Amino acid sequence: MKNILIINICKEKLHYYEFVKPIEDILDSINEKYFTKNYKEINKKDLEKASHVIICGTSLFDNKFINDISDFSWIINYEKPILGICGGMQIIGLIYGGKLKRKTEIGFYFENFNKEFFGIVGENQVYHLHNNYIDFYRLKDFEIFSKSKISQAVKHRKKNIYGVLFHPEVRQKEIIIFF
Amino acid sequence: MKNLAVLFSGGKDSSYACWLAKKNGYQIKCLISVISKNKESYMFHTPSIEQVRKQAEVMNIPLLVIETKGEKEKELVDLEKAIKIAVKRYEIGGIVTGAVGSVYQSSRIQKICNKLKIECFNPLWQKNQLDILKELIKNKFEVVIVGVFAYPLDKKWLGRKIDNNFIKDINELNRKYKINLAGEGGEYESFVINCYLFSRELKIINHKDYGNKNSWRRELELK
Repeated sequence: MKNILIINICKEKLHYYEFVKPIEDILDSINEKYFTKNYKEINKKDLEKASHVIICGTSLFDNKFINDISDFSWIINYEKPILGICGGMQIIGLIYGGKLKRKTEIGFYFENFNKEFFGIVGENQVYHLHNNYIDFYRLKDFEIFSKSKISQAVKHRKKNIYGVLFHPEVRQKEIIIFF
Repeated sequence: MKNLAVLFSGGKDSSYACWLAKKNGYQIKCLISVISKNKESYMFHTPSIEQVRKQAEVMNIPLLVIETKGEKEKELVDLEKAIKIAVKRYEIGGIVTGAVGSVYQSSRIQKICNKLKIECFNPLWQKNQLDILKELIKNKFEVVIVGVFAYPLDKKWLGRKIDNNFIKDINELNRKYKINLAGEGGEYESFVINCYLFSRELKIINHKDYGNKNSWRRELELK
């Protein structure tokens, strides 16, 4: 039985409905157990209690989490599965020594997944909403599952740490379901 | 907390999004309504849109109205102008929209906000359409149908209130004809006549219906 810790990285309270609630709704739809916390409120007990962690994304300008990256230093030693979505993927990349790069992508884009990633393979239309990304090609600890210059989906080579740059809650809900 | 403007059509989604913003402690400095001369506008709801002036009055929130010819993509330039005015006049730091699932609508507004370096809030994003209807009823939103634009919806649907019977009937049409429950594909349009944001209920004193077959709009006269 899973007990997923959903991490809200939004500073703006109203963004919860757009970036966290849809993830909760997907988990509700499959009767999965979860609890949600803002990254500022997470404690050791929460991380112990959780079986999996999903780090949600946030809006184009709600980037306080980047300045607070030390709040996520626990990721390095965490042994349970983590899925980072958009901003959450950037957090994972930063923690593993990646550098933030600038690229704005908003709306639907076709991306090609050359290896299966939680049931997603081949060309898929994904929803993007980001001004930044991490160049995972420079991070040797990670395997990349997409063909494009900007990594769309990654997995740590030894741990169950995953990241997606797009928002799976819009068109690839199965990623959340199969995680 | 940032001061916000709501991209306001007078319908259920933008009104509910506005209420969520207010409920979460944000100050709504103004409403922005785009009145499109093109009744088939890709972006902006049209039936009874002139009546947003009455809604703004009972909400006691300034209303910024921008008229557009409603030509595809050009209406976005008009929307950007309106948002720029709101930023300058009301010092807003973000826009609230009632977008639920339309990437076409939401990504265009996101791009404008990104260009203007302000936040874009979509509190109904990806929300289950049936849940929205149920929450509107639970939170005492009085909403009437002012437009229908898809088979088998017809004139009889104009003026219907969104209540449990409406949910039952629209659910049935969703099952049979794939009618979007929230009407986000433009299948139907709604208008809010009362909710917690209003100081009083708006009374419908008259209406005129225009259309034929499965395409009807109702222009309300309110007091």
